[in-house]
Amino acid sequence: MHATSTVPAAGESVAAEKPVPDRRSWNRAFADIRDGVTQRELWSHLGWQDIKQRYRRSVLGPLWITMSMGVTALGLGLLYSQLFGAPIGTFLPYITTGFIVWQFILGNLTEGTDTFIRNEGLIKHLPAPLSVYVLRTLWRQSIMFAHNMIIYVIVLAVFWGSLTKSGYVLTDNGVPQPGLGWSALLAIPGFLLLAVNAGWVILLFGIVSTRFRDIPQVITSLINLMFFMTPIVWTTDILQNRFGESAGWRDLVVELNPLYHLLQLVRAPLIGNEQSWHHWVISAGIALVGWILALVVMRNYRSRVSYWV
Amino acid sequence: MTSIEVRNAYVDFPIFDAKSRSLKKKVLGKVGGRIGTESKVPVIEALHDITLSVRSGDRVGLVGHNGAGKSTLLRLLSGIYEPTRGTALIDGRVAPVFDLGVGMDQEISGYENIMVRGLYLGMTRKQMEKRVDDIAEFTELGDYLSMPLRTYSTGMRVRLALGVVTSIDPEILLLDEGIGAVDARFLNKARDRLVDLVKRSGLLVFASHQDDLLLELCTSAVWMDEGRMKMHGSLREVLKAYKGKDPYENISPQTAARLGVEKPVSASKGGE
Ligand SMILES: Nc1ncnc2c1ncn2[C@@H]1O[C@H](COP(=O)(O)OP(=O)(O)O)[C@@H](O)[C@H]1O
Ligand SMILES: [Mg+2]
Repeated sequence: MHATSTVPAAGESVAAEKPVPDRRSWNRAFADIRDGVTQRELWSHLGWQDIKQRYRRSVLGPLWITMSMGVTALGLGLLYSQLFGAPIGTFLPYITTGFIVWQFILGNLTEGTDTFIRNEGLIKHLPAPLSVYVLRTLWRQSIMFAHNMIIYVIVLAVFWGSLTKSGYVLTDNGVPQPGLGWSALLAIPGFLLLAVNAGWVILLFGIVSTRFRDIPQVITSLINLMFFMTPIVWTTDILQNRFGESAGWRDLVVELNPLYHLLQLVRAPLIGNEQSWHHWVISAGIALVGWILALVVMRNYRSRVSYWV
Repeated sequence: MTSIEVRNAYVDFPIFDAKSRSLKKKVLGKVGGRIGTESKVPVIEALHDITLSVRSGDRVGLVGHNGAGKSTLLRLLSGIYEPTRGTALIDGRVAPVFDLGVGMDQEISGYENIMVRGLYLGMTRKQMEKRVDDIAEFTELGDYLSMPLRTYSTGMRVRLALGVVTSIDPEILLLDEGIGAVDARFLNKARDRLVDLVKRSGLLVFASHQDDLLLELCTSAVWMDEGRMKMHGSLREVLKAYKGKDPYENISPQTAARLGVEKPVSASKGGE
């Protein structure tokens, strides 16, 4: 704040009296995030409240999340393993796990754009760091993810035999997979890195969407395309089999898709697939670039959000 | 030290329409070469050049007509709106009670609302769990506390919000005129707690149209008019200028008695 007073221009001392506008400062952007994180009880409470609220009128309560995921996974798994002639013992867990992680990504993207708009009332009535609402959304999505993981555990129990067999394949002539082992624990840091990425996505898209209300629609319409472009109900094996060793640009369709790398962080360890360090590097790179972008937007427009919502 | 320091602050609300809200329209509008018609987003200047310093122990009343900028000023003082130009430095824990028709999730229960408000004011869950019975009793809402907020009248919401802020020790208490929505009996009860709270808490800014409440809770006042501070001085002077008559002229004898110090004042009034 007093930085300007250290260089007083001779004739301008009167003008220098004018207070320095500090609403666009890195300090306040970082302070917002720091204060938001320390208000853990607030955002975790709000996140839980969302879950309880959403399923209050259903008999099953939050278990409804689990149920609907179970039905979807079963349906998709049965259908696509037949379509691709894949062994159901490995292909159904593949689709299920992929779909669970996808739901988390999808939720953060679509509800992220909605974060501040949805919290308009609170933002205008009770002063709080913006990051509280980011964490509320992220926490809600994490709780839903945890509920969906029940299905993963069930699938794991049912198909334990096929998944732990070293050298199993997802689809005919596919790459032999190492099979489930202790390396499954890498899913935990994988999920954390995914959540770090979700953080900047919610912050960035949340702020921009309060100003431009058509962004959520754009995201919603693109997300369906992304679902089919990302290997969730199909595998990279199929791509390889179909086009041979030199899949060329077709390979790029997968490799250039950031969602694929984020997905693999969590899916590959959970079902004992071959893990690759390059998913980690790319995901960390996305997190870095994304957070820089989000912080720049945060610095410049943080104080405008309460005017825009 | 608890204080609020506002210097040359302006608050301009951008007024968006469907067109200025759309990124597509903005991008295409420029590409299409219709730059001439691409006008700037209009703004409403809700606050104009506000300079105000409130320190610990100050109890400021806000008066002014509807739309004068009282609620906006309170939001500026709470940090919800940061000034578009100028600065506002807020030092202390803020507890606001703003217009309560909207804001909270309408589906959550009264109990939930107490908890959420408490957490916003910097309490922990444990601290709030200890207070919740006390607050529930104070609000006299009984079984309603388990009902969703959408079933509450404005006055009932005010009871909740007042119950929460008066059960903790906020440093900066900001009250909007909405708190006048509760019935007279409850207001009496709340007033005692507020007076007590104001003595303990750092500072109070209170927007109201009710002279007796202002006289009881505030010592100085700001008169807002069309977004500007028209007058800033002792409560009595400001009310006199704003209403065109001495505020003590027509307060009830009970209020006068409660305020205590008013005896000599009402006597001098008779002489005018
Ligand atoms: N969110 C907003 N968007 C646009 N204009 C607003 C907003 N809030 C307040 N205003 C305008 O600012 C002015 C001051 O409003 P307000 O502070 O609510 O007045 P008061 O509380 O004194 O009745 C009014 O002209 C009102 O229309
Ligand atoms: Mg108002």
